[in-house]
Amino acid sequence: MSASLEKGIQALKEQVDSSVASFFSSCVHCGMCADACVFYTETGKPELTPITKTEPLRRIWFSEYTLIGRLMKTLGLAKRVDDQLLSDWETLVYDSCSMCGRCSMVCPVGNDITEMIRRTREGIAAAGHAPEGLIGATQRSVTIGSPMGVRLPALQAQIKHIEKDTGMSVPLDVEGAEYMLLLSSMEIMNFPEFIEAIAKIFDKAGATWTISSEAFEATNAGIQIGVSDIAATLVQRVVDAAEKLKVKTVISPECGHAYMAIRWEGPNLIGKPYNFKVRHILEVLDDFREQGRLTLTGKESQRLTYHDPCQIARRGGVIDEPRNLINMFAENFVEMPENGKMNWCCGAGGGVASIERAEDLKLAAFKHKKSQLDAIHVEAIVSACSTCRMQFEESLEEYHMDIPIISLTETIAEHIAEDK
Amino acid sequence: MNEIEFLSWVRGPGFQIATVIFVAGIIIRLGETLLLGRKANLAEAKGSEMSSGLRTVAARMLPPDRETFKRSTFTIVAGYIFHIGLFVTIFLYAPHILLIKDVIGFGWPALPSQIVDAFTVVSLIALLAILLHRLTDKVLRHLSGPEDYIVWFVTIAPLLTGYLAFHRLGGSPVMMLAIHILSVELLMVLFPFTKLMHTFTLFLARWYNGAISGYRGVES
Repeated sequence: MSASLEKGIQALKEQVDSSVASFFSSCVHCGMCADACVFYTETGKPELTPITKTEPLRRIWFSEYTLIGRLMKTLGLAKRVDDQLLSDWETLVYDSCSMCGRCSMVCPVGNDITEMIRRTREGIAAAGHAPEGLIGATQRSVTIGSPMGVRLPALQAQIKHIEKDTGMSVPLDVEGAEYMLLLSSMEIMNFPEFIEAIAKIFDKAGATWTISSEAFEATNAGIQIGVSDIAATLVQRVVDAAEKLKVKTVISPECGHAYMAIRWEGPNLIGKPYNFKVRHILEVLDDFREQGRLTLTGKESQRLTYHDPCQIARRGGVIDEPRNLINMFAENFVEMPENGKMNWCCGAGGGVASIERAEDLKLAAFKHKKSQLDAIHVEAIVSACSTCRMQFEESLEEYHMDIPIISLTETIAEHIAEDK
Repeated sequence: MNEIEFLSWVRGPGFQIATVIFVAGIIIRLGETLLLGRKANLAEAKGSEMSSGLRTVAARMLPPDRETFKRSTFTIVAGYIFHIGLFVTIFLYAPHILLIKDVIGFGWPALPSQIVDAFTVVSLIALLAILLHRLTDKVLRHLSGPEDYIVWFVTIAPLLTGYLAFHRLGGSPVMMLAIHILSVELLMVLFPFTKLMHTFTLFLARWYNGAISGYRGVES
């Protein structure tokens, strides 16, 4: 057995616990998860059925953790996990799964299939079969601090621009601030308006905030590729910075998996609870609203909808907050046919957007979102994830749909009353 | 071995062997699953694991949301029919209740046998339709292996043989009863080591699903 295969098998073994064993014991091969997955519904390829993506992990569970499986393994009858299998499964667990979690919501026996695929990624990555794009993003995250290779001077340059344009200050490394803001590289490079929006909103709300020069990156490539120790290293950077600056709350920005990484997986990755809170920006804004610190003027009369980013809504628990906020300015808000925890994925999350060869699949997966949009005839889409936003921009153009996709935080900032 | 001896074997030693494998197998399977344990979640909770877990255990017993129902109508409807039919034929047929009373010491009221018979027929039709679906649907064909067909067979066999024995069809009544009991024993012996185990483990799976989701504040 090659050293890398051994690592892969070891990583898969570490993923088996009583929940995984219950899930595999319960699957009756009913196929309902296929109907919940954009990668199946939009391609019609049965091999993209969610539960089949977990086969490497299933084989390890069966042959190592069940009596009958161990017996069959001894007799040479159990199906083995080899390099070929892990290599064949690479495109299934990475290119054709956005970790959106919809399959986990419909499984009649209750399997959290998404979690099972997430864990399968650990084995495939450890054996060296992760996609190049994700490996590159992960390496840049570890060495440079950002999957896109964004360094501190680039952030400083953006901050300088914003400060010059708006006359507001963007605080860097301020000890004792209440909030520490994390940013995705995509926000720094493509959507710096987000930083400007935060400056404006927090100024009016009278909240102190800062960005850490040592840990400003919110994304976590370790989570996407499925390498827990790298994911833990990236989480630890944020923890160290938050502790150094003595902040009360770390804010996860408009990015789906960043929230999953820092809010839900983080403490478990580093093995201890945080001594600060982690909140999504929409949760913070909704708190401001509740406390009366968010006064908006002017209404949006155009027909608007909200796209729930999977990791923020279904997998993250932030569902009501964006709706409370949208109600502050929208006069004509309409929900998609399936929304909130049952929303359909845009098709780009979970690392799919970083995989070059998955480009066509990603575009095909968007067709489900397209059909949802076709049903409601909106003039604008509000959302809260940079990856969703990029996917919408590219796909809407591809499908000749002229609908702008806008950031919820930025829209709030545009409506902030100037005279408070 | 004549048919009387065959019947007394399946009723006696055969049934005992099957019961031991069935009960011990289930205990082993549940034990090897639960003893694996699970790490405590260190993230700050947004909801309760316990109540969300229990909620999902109950919620997935009910039909799903309308859109999911529309997408998987056949699987859901046929699934309900044969599961309810199995429950009625196994647990609400008078002779079965007598047998259960013999083993565990107490029983409960039965349904009239004509009603149980009707449930049996409907279940048989549902199971045949399910097999046809599995053989023709591209996702199910991709997912299915020998185990899926073996489990289908050992599930329909007791229903079919029970139906034939009840209506005195297909051979001598003694022989048909013996074959019926043998088919149940086959089901019992395979139960712990196949997907039939979902009967028990789905409670664990649903609880974990609900707990994972509920901890983050989402009802699953």
